[in-house]
Amino acid sequence: MQEQIEFVLNGAPRRLPREVSPVMTLLDWLRAEGLTGTKEGCAEGDCGACTVVLEEADGARVPINACLCALGQMHGRALRSVEGLGPEHPLPRLLAESDGTQCGFCTPGIVMSAWAHTREGGDPHEALAGNLCRCTGYRPILDAMARMEDDGAPPPALPPRAPARFGGFHLPATLEEALAIRAAHPAAWVLMGGTDLGLRLSEHRERPEQVLCLLNVAEMQGITAGAGGWRIGAAAPYRALLGLCRAEPALSPLAPYLARLGSRQIRGLGTVAGNLGTASPIGDSLPVLIALGAEVELASPRGLRRLPVEAFLTGYRRTALAPDELILAVHLPRPPAGAFLAAEKLSRRHDQDISAVSLAACLVIEGGVVRAARLAFGGMDATARRCAPAEAALIGRPLDDAALRAAGEALDFAPVSDWRGSAAYRLEGARGLLRRLALRQAGLPAEVFA
Amino acid sequence: MTDGAPQPLRRAGQAMRHDSALRHARGEARFLDDLPEPAGTLHAALALSPVAHGRIQRLDLAAARAMPGVVRILTPADIPGENDIAPIGTGEPMLAEGVVEHHGQPLALVVAETRDAALRAAAAIRPAIAPLPPVLSIEEGLARQAWLVPPQTIREGDAAAALARAPHRLGGTFRAGGQEHFYLEGQIALAIPGEEEEMLVHSSTQHPSEVQHIVARVLGVPYQRITVTCRRMGGGFGGKESNASWVAAAAALGARLTRRPVKLRLPRRADMAATGKRHPFLYRWEAGFDAEGRLLALEALLAADGGHSLDMSGGVVFRALTHALNCYAVPDVTITACAVKTNHVSNTAFRGFGGPQGALLMEDVLHRIAAHLGRDVEELRALNLADRTPYGQALEPALTRRVMAEAKRDAGWEAKRAEIAAFNAAHPTLRRGLGHFVCAFGISFGIVHLNQAGALVHVYTDGSIRLAHGGTEMGQGLFIKVAQVVAEVFSVPVEQVGITATSTAEVPNTSATAASTGSDLNGWAAHAAASAIKARMTEVAARRFGCAPEEVVFEDGAIFPARPGANERLSFAELAKLCWRERVSLSATGFYRTPDIHWDAAAMKGAPFFYFTYGAAVAEVLLDTLTGEHRCLSAHIVQDCGRSLNPAIDLGQIEGAFVQGMGWLTTEELWWDEAGRQRTLGPSTYKIPGSRDAPPVLKVRLLEGAPARANTIFRSKAVGEPPLLLATAVVNALRDATGLASLDLPATPERILLKIRAAARGA
Repeated sequence: MQEQIEFVLNGAPRRLPREVSPVMTLLDWLRAEGLTGTKEGCAEGDCGACTVVLEEADGARVPINACLCALGQMHGRALRSVEGLGPEHPLPRLLAESDGTQCGFCTPGIVMSAWAHTREGGDPHEALAGNLCRCTGYRPILDAMARMEDDGAPPPALPPRAPARFGGFHLPATLEEALAIRAAHPAAWVLMGGTDLGLRLSEHRERPEQVLCLLNVAEMQGITAGAGGWRIGAAAPYRALLGLCRAEPALSPLAPYLARLGSRQIRGLGTVAGNLGTASPIGDSLPVLIALGAEVELASPRGLRRLPVEAFLTGYRRTALAPDELILAVHLPRPPAGAFLAAEKLSRRHDQDISAVSLAACLVIEGGVVRAARLAFGGMDATARRCAPAEAALIGRPLDDAALRAAGEALDFAPVSDWRGSAAYRLEGARGLLRRLALRQAGLPAEVFA
Repeated sequence: MTDGAPQPLRRAGQAMRHDSALRHARGEARFLDDLPEPAGTLHAALALSPVAHGRIQRLDLAAARAMPGVVRILTPADIPGENDIAPIGTGEPMLAEGVVEHHGQPLALVVAETRDAALRAAAAIRPAIAPLPPVLSIEEGLARQAWLVPPQTIREGDAAAALARAPHRLGGTFRAGGQEHFYLEGQIALAIPGEEEEMLVHSSTQHPSEVQHIVARVLGVPYQRITVTCRRMGGGFGGKESNASWVAAAAALGARLTRRPVKLRLPRRADMAATGKRHPFLYRWEAGFDAEGRLLALEALLAADGGHSLDMSGGVVFRALTHALNCYAVPDVTITACAVKTNHVSNTAFRGFGGPQGALLMEDVLHRIAAHLGRDVEELRALNLADRTPYGQALEPALTRRVMAEAKRDAGWEAKRAEIAAFNAAHPTLRRGLGHFVCAFGISFGIVHLNQAGALVHVYTDGSIRLAHGGTEMGQGLFIKVAQVVAEVFSVPVEQVGITATSTAEVPNTSATAASTGSDLNGWAAHAAASAIKARMTEVAARRFGCAPEEVVFEDGAIFPARPGANERLSFAELAKLCWRERVSLSATGFYRTPDIHWDAAAMKGAPFFYFTYGAAVAEVLLDTLTGEHRCLSAHIVQDCGRSLNPAIDLGQIEGAFVQGMGWLTTEELWWDEAGRQRTLGPSTYKIPGSRDAPPVLKVRLLEGAPARANTIFRSKAVGEPPLLLATAVVNALRDATGLASLDLPATPERILLKIRAAARGA
């Protein structure tokens, strides 16, 4: 049992003194260490000024929000802050030479997101979705990023991830240990990536006595493919799920939606299991899981059980999880052959925003008409849920505008009005998202950011 | 003062990088919170009002006092000077006394050994407040005549009579929302007590002098005891004018009473709750016009939500009023503007300072009239261009026409129109739209006496130069621009000019770095200081060379006599050393006051602006009529910067302002609940533009061959605020795409979708 937090920082192994609080945020610790290039802009994982990069063993670079990370979570990881690029690194120079800085406060975070992007590739807007700049309008930053190249630096050797405990911060390596800790400390925070609970550390300055962090539990790792679908380990980050959707043709229609879930920083830490555990009505993964008929696998000393996601979500931020249980995995069934899959979301900003309304659809269309329909909505009720009347309105009809309008009229929701959208907008917006399905099926441009 | 436009500029006028750019990118540029804390530094946190309006019955501090690490909790009774942070008027409390008037109003200041301890104790303070009904709308403020700024009117001719006889009449009402600054670096100050009553205050502020004054007022000491310094801000945008002052005063109060350094850094939520924003406006107008769309008469009311206190609402109202006709003419016109008191946080300066809100009026008027007459709004623009403002100041319509024409040419206006029509005919639900906007923005502080600046330049005997001036650096590139001016004067490389933190100890009695005037004012002040030293150096050189002073040339770091055959040269350092040996001062202050500006507040006439700057934009949007979502696909901008001091910096200001303006007008929404509590208190709920929201095609051009006619520094023009207004082109493109002539702002997907649906039902 390791009792001191160990990680690799900027290429150098660090072992922290025992008196360092494991529930201090990584950001606060870095700054107290004098590494003040990493900034606090919001303390809620949205602005990206605190972006640092996890260096994975396989060479992957995963940007994360240092503000949301408990220091104990970093145990066994390697991370790099802007200071770790070294004075001669070309990226800061490229950004500076492109006039990509004005006030400069967001800049180190942008440099780190860009550094990860040079390895990870893909859409530069996706790479920047978790970084806000209030000065430049982004054009010069994007120009600089287009000229940046991977420096080829290999990841440092990672310290071993043995079971660890730092005071009340538990980092078990097996399910058995995890369940035992859960039993012994029923009030402990159950922490996955911390993109939700991290707010309580960062913004609300809470200091929990006991934390059960499941990131290193062997049985919860990774995504595995089986005959009927995929097993998503509870500790697998959204990043892995997005990777699966991009790689797997049957799931590819979901990829653009998942790419809007948080930012790369959030997807590097956050997990589907955490989204389920939080059970927010606007959890972005939930409509997708429901539409696909996913099941949650729960573990307790009494054994394992599986529940459909809809049965797991029992109310507003309430679940069927028993006090001695943990989410072990999510089982995502392979969509029926030829199924029409879509996921849509309305939010104030396209990227890195919480849904006002979301919709996931899994439709079986045969002979030109809908034979089976699963329509799941988020943001419309106390939980994400299906809408049977709207599904019924589609059955036996072609997936055309008339059928989708009928489905829209059949919506049985009475949504709330709040800062993300009024009830009227949520209803009208949900109807609009339904009508988009016909455009998608017809292969027409369906949205403004397509 | 000499003409500021010498022959080819060699330092000024060049595209140079921001002086700190590389340090920013390496994480080496130190912001206030990055400075090493002096030993014994305490941390402060504010307890904020949980309600919008109420009578404070009790502030029980016992529980919070007993919490670990708490050193002291300060309430109004602890203030040795005045509990008044009003930047202009009086009677704006730093800590609420008796009543609270907005959600998030500071009640008490906790000082503790650590920031966490301070924040936890502040959160534990539970005030007993008897609620009073809050005023939460401009309409209600108008109905109660709750004036913060009483109605003031600019008048020309007889609008009522002209309306009565106009062949066509139309009236309208619309509104524009507020805007949170969302500077990435939140408000912060570090106060370090010295001997006697001295206090050194590090403040992230656009206005060090005002910080000095407010700190002195709160502590009850003379200004000379207080030194305020600021190297850089992580963004300001107007949000660190008056608001930085009270944050600094609170830190200084803690430092004074504990005799230890105190740092106050507001968490983002507290920052967004307790600091003011851009003023929301309500507009009501009635216009008379002829069948061609020629404006004949206009009566308009522009009413601002000032929040609970005056702050700088007077200036905001003035600028809204003076920009309400923008660059258009109406022969008979009455425009009235005011600010009402509500139970919102006190609204404040924000880039544009009421100008952007003012300029929205004519867009609503012109688009409504065009729709009413079935005419193209572009015809109406051309028909109604002004050559002077309704308060009597001359405009340059030739420049208005130039920027309009060039922006449209750059955008390929006619071809785009055809493309868009074809797209809209083909797609079942997506619609494209095209919009244009042009504006004339007046440069100068609306209050005449604020248009002054000072600088302090030292030349050392190694030839290096130290530059101090009253302007502050918030990312806008002021420091490099002013350094370029000094380098130009001495004809030395700009690297030779050392940029320093702004300090009230070096340059006193300064104005805020605001109103886009930073380079205009401080550039001239630094020019004056450098020129004074250069004149003395010239005398010394002339004696050395045995020539007339007029014959001494400063060129590229060398000084030589301009006469044939002379081969004697001094380096700048050699001449500096020579001056020292000859006991000639190498230090000078410089001072500048903007000439020729005046305002008659009784007549509401005058020329309050030194000059106008002109800009135009064409924007294209794509709209989803199923959801109201929209995106700006392209923007083409032509902005008049006179003869730009630094085209790279100016380009950055234009692009950034445009995207910030888009945020204000299309996505950023402040949301209060029915009880008047602000619920959008962080970036998770308040959405500023991300990289994908910026137009993928954003083409900016500085107007060429248009040096300022006014005697500005090297004939440059200001750039900080005007391009923000150009985002109005995006709103106009949305009008085009939706077919809705009038839009309430911000034109969020929600507003657009619900209005499209309502219009469809009405049709």
